[in-house]
Amino acid sequence: MGIMAVIGIAVARLHNLFAVVMLTGIFSLTAAVLYVVLDAVDVAFTEAAVGAGISTVLMLGTLALTTSEEKPHYPGRHPWALVLVLLCGAALIYGTLDMPPYGDPTSAIHHHVAPYYLSKSAGHTGLPNVVTSILASYRGYDTLGEVFVVFTAAAGVLLIIGRAKIGRRRTRRMAPGELSTSMRQNVILRVVSKLLIPFILLFAFYVQWHGDFGPGGGFQAGVIFAAGFILYALIFDIDTARTMIPPHITRFGLAAGVLLYTLVGVASMLKGGTFLDYSVLAGDPVKGQHLGILLIEFGVGITVAAAMISIFFTYARQER
Amino acid sequence: MDVINGFPGLMNYWIVVFLMMTGFYIVIAQDNLVKKIVGLNIFQVSVFVFYITMGKIKGGTAPILADGTEIYSNPLPHVLILTAIVVGVATTALGLAFVVRIRDAFGTIEDDEIQAMENED
Repeated sequence: MGIMAVIGIAVARLHNLFAVVMLTGIFSLTAAVLYVVLDAVDVAFTEAAVGAGISTVLMLGTLALTTSEEKPHYPGRHPWALVLVLLCGAALIYGTLDMPPYGDPTSAIHHHVAPYYLSKSAGHTGLPNVVTSILASYRGYDTLGEVFVVFTAAAGVLLIIGRAKIGRRRTRRMAPGELSTSMRQNVILRVVSKLLIPFILLFAFYVQWHGDFGPGGGFQAGVIFAAGFILYALIFDIDTARTMIPPHITRFGLAAGVLLYTLVGVASMLKGGTFLDYSVLAGDPVKGQHLGILLIEFGVGITVAAAMISIFFTYARQER
Repeated sequence: MDVINGFPGLMNYWIVVFLMMTGFYIVIAQDNLVKKIVGLNIFQVSVFVFYITMGKIKGGTAPILADGTEIYSNPLPHVLILTAIVVGVATTALGLAFVVRIRDAFGTIEDDEIQAMENED
């Protein structure tokens, strides 16, 4: 955690935005390690794939489209900002004095629904990964909402910068793979990534379908799947990568995943249950739960993968 | 493990507060829009760490049921943060798209320069 604090300060002080973005990637990896130490393996998985992978690529894409140097400022322009921040921090530290100490099993959050989930979820869903059970079944409504947010954000990106608008400064289109001209001539990168990409995609499928037993699930799988394609596009050729997954397929996938999720909910209503109550989907409630969880995780995976891929290509194909 | 466990109980929360305030400072005091978004990300990660820290139980293990383990860390914060991370990157992408669009319209991504231009009009 000390490392995270140091990185935070460095980010505030640096003017080279490229370095800032790289530090953010390291920051995310450190956070992922911390999550493993704190027993949150699913979260660490997601953070490593999302924070260190996708968001770094997106930020680099933005820098390529704008500028990578911050305008230099003389220090101390905002004395009140520092005062405000220090005051706020002091108030929050004062607040933490009432918090239960680290790792205390008697603290309040361990006494409401958590023990119920831990003791009952194996019987209800038959799955050993409690995180997946809660994500997909007990808190299915929340997750549906989250998937809709991802869908909306991707749609927003497509709307804002997805097509050339009248009146935009149009100088030249970014050449395919311009982000990585030097990367593309590197023989080692080309050979290694060619070997690795099939395994990355395979691993994504493993994470998708094994998420109910080990750490993993639709969110992680979608991000890893997208990362495989983005790697290909970066190292080889954006246009070739785009012909493999044309825009209408990602747009279709974006909607199809959310639709699949919702339809599972509607199907359970039609079979006499309530919305997203999977127990009625099969003869045996436990089997029904399992089926429902697999289906909605698949829907989540499709939407997340399609969202990440389409966001990436939107950035990569900008005109600057 | 032991390094963290050995600390006094509130250490994690203090670092969370420090990170949160760093992010907050970057958001309000820096004029560069990309940096503001990085600041928001740091703020966000600090909240994630806060949740995960609360879910940890000393001596517990990851919440994947297995024979022979009795204590599991609280799975509920894990679920919330897991989805929040993915939503976070989607909203970050949206924010960056706005930055690109602003740069198209104004030719700069420095907040004060944009303000100056707006005032001229």
